[in-house]
Amino acid sequence: MSATAHASDPLDTVTGIPNGKLGLWLFLASEVMLFSTLFTTYLVLRMASVEWPRGWEVLNVPLAMLNTFVLITSSVTMVLAFAKAATRDKKAFNKYLGLTIALGFVFLIVKGFEYGAKFSHHIAPSTSIFYAVYFTMTGLHGLHVIGGIVLNALLLYWSSKDWDHPLFVGRIEYAGLYWHFVDVVWIFLFPALYLL
Amino acid sequence: MEQASNYGWSLPVAASTFAKDIDFGINIIHVAMFAIFILWGIYFTYMLVKYRHKEGVPARYKHGGVLWSFVPDIVVLVFELTLIFLYAIPSWSRIKMSVPPAGKSLVLEVVAEQFAWSIHYPGPDGKFGRKDPKLVNASNVLGLDPHDPAAKDDIVTVNELHIPVGKPTVFNLTSKDVIHSFFVPEFRIKQDAMPGMRVPVWFEPTMAGKFEIGCAQLCGFGHALMRGDVFVHSPEEFEAWLSEQKPALPQTS
Amino acid sequence: MAHKKHDAHGSQDFISKYVFSVDHKVIGLQYLITSLLFLLFGFILLMILRWQLAYPGQPIPLIGRLLSDNLAPGGVLSPTFYNALGAMHGTIMIFLGVVPLGVGAFGNYILPLQIGAPDMAFPRLNMMSYWVYLPGGMLMLLSFFLPGGAAQSGWTSYPPLSVINPGQTVWLLAMLLIITSSLLGSINFLVTALNMRAPGMSLWRMPVFVWAQLVTAVLLLLAFPPLQAAAILQFMDRVAGTSFYLPANLVVFGETVRAAGGGLPLLWQHLFWFLAHPEVYVLILPAMGIVAEIIAANTRKPIFGYKEIVGAMIFLGGMSFVVWAHHMFVSGMSPKLSNFFLITTMIISVPSVALLTCLIFSLRGGSIRFTTPMLFALAFLPLFGIGGLTGLPLGLSTTDIYLHDTYYVIGHFHYVVVTGSIIALMGGVYHWFPKWFGRRMDDFWGKVHFWGSVICMNGVFFPMFIQGLSGVQRRLYDPTAQLHNLPTQPLNIVSSVFAWLLFVAQIPFIWNFFYSMFKGKKTEENPWKATTLEWACPSPPPHGNFEKTPHVYRGPYEYSVPGHKNDWTPQHVEA
Repeated sequence: MSATAHASDPLDTVTGIPNGKLGLWLFLASEVMLFSTLFTTYLVLRMASVEWPRGWEVLNVPLAMLNTFVLITSSVTMVLAFAKAATRDKKAFNKYLGLTIALGFVFLIVKGFEYGAKFSHHIAPSTSIFYAVYFTMTGLHGLHVIGGIVLNALLLYWSSKDWDHPLFVGRIEYAGLYWHFVDVVWIFLFPALYLL
Repeated sequence: MEQASNYGWSLPVAASTFAKDIDFGINIIHVAMFAIFILWGIYFTYMLVKYRHKEGVPARYKHGGVLWSFVPDIVVLVFELTLIFLYAIPSWSRIKMSVPPAGKSLVLEVVAEQFAWSIHYPGPDGKFGRKDPKLVNASNVLGLDPHDPAAKDDIVTVNELHIPVGKPTVFNLTSKDVIHSFFVPEFRIKQDAMPGMRVPVWFEPTMAGKFEIGCAQLCGFGHALMRGDVFVHSPEEFEAWLSEQKPALPQTS
Repeated sequence: MAHKKHDAHGSQDFISKYVFSVDHKVIGLQYLITSLLFLLFGFILLMILRWQLAYPGQPIPLIGRLLSDNLAPGGVLSPTFYNALGAMHGTIMIFLGVVPLGVGAFGNYILPLQIGAPDMAFPRLNMMSYWVYLPGGMLMLLSFFLPGGAAQSGWTSYPPLSVINPGQTVWLLAMLLIITSSLLGSINFLVTALNMRAPGMSLWRMPVFVWAQLVTAVLLLLAFPPLQAAAILQFMDRVAGTSFYLPANLVVFGETVRAAGGGLPLLWQHLFWFLAHPEVYVLILPAMGIVAEIIAANTRKPIFGYKEIVGAMIFLGGMSFVVWAHHMFVSGMSPKLSNFFLITTMIISVPSVALLTCLIFSLRGGSIRFTTPMLFALAFLPLFGIGGLTGLPLGLSTTDIYLHDTYYVIGHFHYVVVTGSIIALMGGVYHWFPKWFGRRMDDFWGKVHFWGSVICMNGVFFPMFIQGLSGVQRRLYDPTAQLHNLPTQPLNIVSSVFAWLLFVAQIPFIWNFFYSMFKGKKTEENPWKATTLEWACPSPPPHGNFEKTPHVYRGPYEYSVPGHKNDWTPQHVEA
């Protein structure tokens, strides 16, 4: 269709980028600002502090490694879910999106164990500036994981109804972009908090 | 001199060495601002009168001719760059970045709190005693450590800053609780007192008299009441005042 | 064709039509009414506060008795309530009043119309943005009635004061909601302006107002998240006992604060001003867009330097991210950093000069109609000019040492936002009112409102420059407690009296607004004979806006084209 149909077809836009996709990228830009502020805060506080514990001495690196692996895997399953949606393979799509959601839960459960172990040693955000940074940043990331799980779960729930909706494949793509972003944030968080 | 006559409907009396520096900037900018605004206002009024709607006189259809409109921008830019490089940066480094050496100045510490200024003099030994926040109480507002020999002769005054005229006063400014701001209008000095930081401040009073310290940063319900006095003495008077002061800590030995 | 998507909403009940509406026009009007009410409320707070400044320690007449004893014992404002009024006045005016009015109301209603779109790109997101903003604002108001009272650490909320003062937690929660609302809105505006333009509406044919909204949306999108992060950290400090902003060993009234320490109070200031400086441009850019629209329509000629205006706006937006620390020259930040921010600050003044120059040169060769909106737009030019000029001695680090945190700052800021933004926004109300309601506002009462407002605003804010030069600090509960403030104390009375008169001057506006909404003179599609697309659809526009998707043939301000029979040539009319 020509440009005259700009309003009636959300995929046929002036820039050629679907509204949803453009909106999502803009949202991610604001998210990048949010997390880079937190990373800057982390750097500034660390440089200003007299003592800063070595992440690997006080935090559980193996569990975080496991979580890194879990998240990366979930990104792969998310890509596969998108591919299956694009090739109209409903059964495989359901399997991979379900797997992505499950891996998100695994991440949260592992994180829960990590937090639990800290709390049982009476370590809380107020213990030191290091733990304040650790709990706030991982906590905010955790909230983003929860958001991603909810989003994916809704898409899975709607998939039977909306499978043939013209925007459906696009929505999976955008959910995937978001999920990859959450993954990337963790890829930065992990070395910053645990390894440096 | 009566202190009240220091103040009026414009800049207060200038009583420190760099007050002239700052006043020069304020004055020159205001003259420029005034000139720009008047010229601009005349042009604006002329336009409104000349190009008001008149029956049968159509508006002029014109695009372009934009180039010469950059003239005001360039004039402003040149004016500002001149101000920056000939005035602001040099005066800023004179005022904020070159603290007079300790040997030739009176060195103090000033600690702000809700809602008072404590001034810490090193006493005859010239050394500041150790301060520990855990020792703060009503009779020891700065938390001076009685076990530190350097602290024994330290003098602490509250809301009264006594200094000699014609000699730089240098102090580290900090705060016990929230952010305050040390402001003496006649000295044109203002510096925030940051908890957890020690910010160097200096000025050199050029006239004797009594001046006012105000807090310029909102610090709680008593912000307006947080005031003190600066007493600028002649050098002799200052020495006499100093020798009359009793040490802040009770003398045990 | 454009209607296809909207036909589904054929039958609408009251709730989905007026309350949870997805129509950008209804949402725009919701924003309009809500933000005007917040402006009024914030102004009332100020009028109470100004009594204490004019007559410190005297009981407030009438209102004093209505306030409870812990707010105003014996009718005299308590210092904590005074601080709460100050903090809430700033917060409400900026975050709940001017920004939602300029962006939420005008942007929402006008932007899709001016680009020829049937609605926003994400109508439901648009609705959500309003329904997040409203609870945020309500929470802010509610905080007055909660046990801790409202926030009282200034709208800037500098820690450690904001961490130890009561009332701040609710402020932070409300701010998080307001920020979320802004983010949703800005994404929507950007996608709409980029993706939903009518055929022929190239970027260089967009009206200045649309450009202004576009730049504003970028600022909101990128500058708000750092404040969001900063607010989360302050929230953690208050609720989870962390010490992001608390250094070790604080002693408050002789009590050692039990916090781990290691935090930096300056960190908040950096993060806060990283938002709050772009925020100034969020306040002013939509206003400039409105002024440009009004001037073009009322001079009957193309606006001067359209591309220069747009370029200046983009440059302004970009530069606004690297000037923030000029608010911190005396904060204890390294004095070496100051020189950098000094230079960027001076550079950013150049595009503002360029904008003002273009707007005033637009008058040249015009046929100026002094309509009510035009009066507001014209008043904007010199008064915003005063605001800009008085920014000079504040942006220059050396002179700022003396003027920082004095009334000079208050005067400067209010000249920019009140006689700048608010004047322009009011002009915008008169300009687009016929489009919103299909009726015109009364011209006589509009002019009464204009002259009353402009005279009173100057009466309120001009004395502040004199007070600032004489060294009066801001945020003083009792200015007479300090000797150097005494000579200019009569000016506080002048300011206060004008502030109360300013309120009186708004009564004709309020009456005119509601009366004209129902009883005003009916008007046609294009009462101002203007060229932009919002005048190409009925007043008020129906659901879906345009009967037929318009096609755009030319730039936005083709007035008095030689050889054309009318002195306006709309964008959508072929030849």
